[in-house]
Order: sequence, then C-alpha cells, then structure tokens
Amino acid sequence: MSGGVVEHFTYIVTVFLMVAGLYIVMARGNLIKKLVGLSVFQTSVYLLYVAPGKLIGGTAPILAPQYTVYSNPLPHVLILTAIVVGVATLALGLALTVRIKETYGTIEEDEITAADNAVQDAEDAHS
Amino acid sequence: MGRPFGGIVIETLIVNVLLVLMAFAVLVLARTRNLFAVVVLSGIYSFLMATILVALDAVDVAMTEAAVGAGVSTVLLLGALHLCKSEEARPAHRPWLPLLLSLATAGLLIYGAMGLPDFADPNAPIHQHVAPRYLQNEVDVPNVVTAVLASFRGFDTLGETVVVFTAGAGIIALLRRRKHKEKGREGIAMRDDLVLLVVGKLLIPFILLFALYVQFHGDFGPGGGFQAGTIFAAGIVFYAIIFGLDKARRVVPDRLVETLLAAGVLLFIGVGVAGLLLGGNFLDYFVLDKDPIHGQHRGIFWVEAGVGITVSGVMLKIFYMFASRGQREGNEE
Repeated sequence: MSGGVVEHFTYIVTVFLMVAGLYIVMARGNLIKKLVGLSVFQTSVYLLYVAPGKLIGGTAPILAPQYTVYSNPLPHVLILTAIVVGVATLALGLALTVRIKETYGTIEEDEITAADNAVQDAEDAHS
Repeated sequence: MGRPFGGIVIETLIVNVLLVLMAFAVLVLARTRNLFAVVVLSGIYSFLMATILVALDAVDVAMTEAAVGAGVSTVLLLGALHLCKSEEARPAHRPWLPLLLSLATAGLLIYGAMGLPDFADPNAPIHQHVAPRYLQNEVDVPNVVTAVLASFRGFDTLGETVVVFTAGAGIIALLRRRKHKEKGREGIAMRDDLVLLVVGKLLIPFILLFALYVQFHGDFGPGGGFQAGTIFAAGIVFYAIIFGLDKARRVVPDRLVETLLAAGVLLFIGVGVAGLLLGGNFLDYFVLDKDPIHGQHRGIFWVEAGVGITVSGVMLKIFYMFASRGQREGNEE
C-alpha cells in the first residue's frame, strides 16, 4: 500500500506546482503576474483531483461493451466545472486589474500602496 | 511489475514526463519578468495540463482545459496586458520570506501526500465509494461524466453555472461605461492579412458546427455544455480578431449576449422547477416523461443546453468588455 517516491511522483509534482503558484502570488508585486500565479495554483488542484482517479489499463469513463475498467468519473466532473469557474474568476481579477491601472496608472503592488499612503498623508495634513 | 510490463510502465512514463515538462514550464514562468512571455508560458502550461489530463483518462476535462485554459484565458490575459502595458518591476528586496514559507508548505504537503494511496492503486478508497454506482449507468447515458454532471450532481452544476453568471455580471459592472458614441470606427482588425482572412472564413463555420456537435453529442462522447459554450465563444472571438470587433458585434450584438448570459441560468432553474411542478423534487428528471429513463435524457439535454448558453454568453461578454475597452483606449491616445 505505502510506496516510495516513485509511486507518489504525481503528488510531489502537484505540490511543487501548487507551491510555485503560491510563491508567485506572495513574492511578485505585479498584479497580472500574481493572477497567473493564482491560476497555476488553481490548475495544480486539477491534478490533485484527477490523478488519484486514474487506473492503469483503464479507459475514459464513456461506457462501451468492449471495456470493463474505467477511471473514476467523479473527479472529472468536479474539475470540469472548476475550470470554467476558474477562468470566470480570472477574468474578474483581470477586470479589477484594468480598473486599478486606470485609476493608479500602475499595477505594481508597491507603487499602489505608495500612492495610497500619499493620499492618506495629504488628508492627515489637512485635518 | 509481473503484470504486462508495457501497460504500467508506458502509462506511468507518459504521465511522469509530462509532469516534469509542466514543472519546468512553471519554473521558467516564475523567473521570467517579461509579462508577454509569462502569458505565453501559461498557455503552454495549460496545454501540457490538457495533454496530461488525456493521459489520465479525463477526456472531458482535457477538452475543457484546452479550450478554456490554453484558449480563452490566454486571450484574456493578452487583452489585459494590452490594456495595462506593463513590464514587471524588479523587487526591492530578495523574497526570502515567501520562499521560506513556500518551502515549508511544500515540505508539509509532501509529508502528507506520502500517506496517500499509490498512484493508480485500484484498491484506493476513491474507487470504492460512489464511483461503482455511477458506472452502473442508471440513467442510460454512455458518457458517465455527463450523467454525473447533469443528473447525479445537478445541484452542484447549477451552483457552478450561477458562479460563472455572477462573474460575468461582475465584469460588466466593473468595465461598463455609460455612454459612448460609436462613430463607425473600424477598430483593430487583421483585414489586410489575406491568409488569415481566407483561413478564418473557411474555419469559423466548422468551429461553430463543432461546438454544436460537442454540445449535443455530450451524452455519447466527450463534451457537454461547458466545453461547447467555450468553443462557440472562441469561434466568435476568432471572427472578432480577424474582422474587427464592430463586425462581430453586428453578428452577435451585446443585447443578445447579455440575454444569453441570463437565459441559460433561467433555463437550468426552469428544468428544476418543471420537476417540482410535475410532482418530483427540484432537478428531479425522472418525472419529466412517462418513461423515467427518457425523462432523464430530456432533463440532461435541457440542463446541458442551459449551461452551454450561459457559458458562451459569459465568455463572449468578457471578451467584448476587454476588447472594446482597448479599442476606446487606443482611440483616445
């Protein structure tokens, strides 16, 4: 039952992809880069779900008399809907980014914070 | 490894090689500062993901990922990039803390993953619980994924469709401008490119036909509303890129797109309510016809149609919003 690295290789790569996405989201200041990182994170989850459903020698879960072994259809359903929701949320994030660019003139996190701070300081000086 | 050597080794090898390629793509993606390259790399990554999903027998998911991940998201990212015209800045300090946090997370997750069942272990719990029942084909639809999506887990799919609809509505709220005069502007088009024009004209009818095939053949082969909606939208997006946004908007006007966006969700809910009115539960298809199995087919057909309509509406609307913003921006300058 319990195997080594070879038997868990898919999980290890999945974790790598997930963490790489997480790292991009945390370490990079550019909002578009962050969104790409977020979608890498999201995509790694597809593997986490679909890979365990695979059976060696199995076939896609479309029933036909000449096959008896099918891979598990349930993760496929869950992930199929997740992909479309994923692109919809990505688009929403991009729309926000576009609006931020129009308002602040930049999509670098540091510069946005700096601009916010400048406005805050100006207001404090007034009152 | 006493069993037929070929099967196990080849299937595992294909999956593992693709996994390594994906890891490599992400590594380069994380290091690159040129955002155009980042977007292209994420397209490549999505395409590798679609390929690996085929190798993992998830053909429906692979089709969706190829259309959505490699297709639509890449177009959207390029659109956003065009609007933001940005190059990633150099960070002021070395990102040691995020790196440390990421590595710690990775360590914990791998430690946990080692306790999971082996890859493709037929005795794993995932293969024991509900999957065998799904594979008994109670609703007489050969593509089990479609059956589970539209019938067994209809509520789930309704929720996802509403989320897609909400995201579309959110984007309209964010990117809408109240009034602007369209004075016969041509916009950006590739009308001078003869090869693209001819190939586009030839291909677009077949793309739309293929979308319809994917929609209505989803019961028997890979496909369904989510994929078909995206492919249909992709066909129109292709048209808009080659012949200009205004032409595409004349073919599929904004009003129609917005109507589609809402109509699909309403159709889905309508199927549910029809079940209620005929004496069953919400989204109970057995009561939709005298023959329960035929009722299931009817329910699945209309639910998939609803999903397809909403998804194509949302995808198109999102593209229109991004593209028209770029167009006006370009004209203001």
